Amino acid sequence: MIEICDPGPLATIQDRGRHGWAHLGVGHSGAADRAALALANRLVGNDPDAAAIECTFGGLGLTVEVACLIAVAGAPCVVHVVDGPPVGHQQPIAIPAGATLKLSAPSVGLRTYLAVRGGIDVPAVMGSRSTDTLSGVGPPALAAGDRLPIGAHPGGAVPTEFAPAFPESNERIRLWPGPRRDWFHDDALRALTTGPYITQSSSNRVGVRLLGEPLRRTDSRDLPSEGLIEGAVQVHADGQPLVFLADHGTTGGYPVIAVVDPGDLPRIAQARPGRALTFRWR
Amino acid sequence: MNARILPCGPTAVVIEVHGTDQAIELSMWLRARELAGVTELVPAATTVLVQTSTAAALAGLDALVAEFEPTGRPGITGQLVAIDTVYDGEDLDDVATAAGISVEAVVALHSEATYVAAFCGFVPGFAYLTGLAPQLQLPRRSSPRPRVPAGSVAIATSFTGVYPTASPGGWNLLGRTEATMWDDHRERPALVEPGDRVRFVPVGR
Repeated sequence: MIEICDPGPLATIQDRGRHGWAHLGVGHSGAADRAALALANRLVGNDPDAAAIECTFGGLGLTVEVACLIAVAGAPCVVHVVDGPPVGHQQPIAIPAGATLKLSAPSVGLRTYLAVRGGIDVPAVMGSRSTDTLSGVGPPALAAGDRLPIGAHPGGAVPTEFAPAFPESNERIRLWPGPRRDWFHDDALRALTTGPYITQSSSNRVGVRLLGEPLRRTDSRDLPSEGLIEGAVQVHADGQPLVFLADHGTTGGYPVIAVVDPGDLPRIAQARPGRALTFRWR
Repeated sequence: MNARILPCGPTAVVIEVHGTDQAIELSMWLRARELAGVTELVPAATTVLVQTSTAAALAGLDALVAEFEPTGRPGITGQLVAIDTVYDGEDLDDVATAAGISVEAVVALHSEATYVAAFCGFVPGFAYLTGLAPQLQLPRRSSPRPRVPAGSVAIATSFTGVYPTASPGGWNLLGRTEATMWDDHRERPALVEPGDRVRFVPVGR
């Protein structure tokens, strides 16, 4: 068992998400930065489907009842093991039974994944252990006092590897055309790839709100609701875009001008409020 | 049929058809084909979103969609779900007044129709049901209620539906059902899925 002492600003259980239910109004959810979750799981030898803890802006404190192996990946946090030296991220860390550990705030980025060898073994709901903050499906966000079971060891040696550095990059984020690109003026298509667009503090796991040059539409028709995917760039009536993340709704009533390349989604999920993002058409 | 296939990133498309009935039919038709690599099929008001696991899974989709011929009878392949309903909703009198008919006539109109679940949205398991009598097609309430109880049977614009969980809501409330519309621990979490047919059966309070 793991006991949560302090969830920090927001901590949830996340895996690779629940798939195949969007037609019932349940989205994929899952880790906002899927690459960081995969890395944390790999570092402790977990199956890629294992669930881990997603911490938003660090601050997570927990106690382990049995000796276990953990790793943190994503936004770099220092791991403070009480009565031990602080340890870094992106490496397997052996934690003795009864130890308490605390994550610092990340130096860059927003979301950090703490994986434990065996995975967080809460019951799956509709095929996933992920907390969907929009639909309410899955376990609630973590709170102090929560006790989380650890799954059986997957067996085999823990792989050792050189983990890639946290991808803090200023490269332009790649965009694919969205279904309603033709609802926008040519100058809007140019403005979107001129930028910058600044991430807003109202962002969450549903989406990242951006503020920049307004994107003008060619007409003001209402869009009948249509299906949405992660990475869709929806433009609201005021012309400002929003990039959907893991907990997006399954349909939306505003036109989608573009879709973020899946390979660049982790950078959107890791963008702190106030960060300037730039885009290019791929 | 001719449908516009709109790009939606590297592994998805939005197929635009003519109206909600065609969207339901096309999504059911595609689902029945169990296409390799297709991970989500999401019908909406006039579109079907097709999401795949790889870009290659989208190849051939346009030719397949060209083969689709709508029958104009959406729902013929779905289940028929009967929902016992107590017609004692807070907005019954307002709806009757707005429609210019009696409360009894509202209940009769609403319970005599067979509806088709077009798509889900708003919250998990909330199915937008088409086939509402034209006299009952009224706007949403001017201000939404902060909390509508689970099981509330309601109408707004051209749709009727049942609130699966307690939530804010602006639809006009006609009644309530004890049926569990949504249970994410059930094998079939939503009592009503897109493509199903639905009847409301009046029962005493």
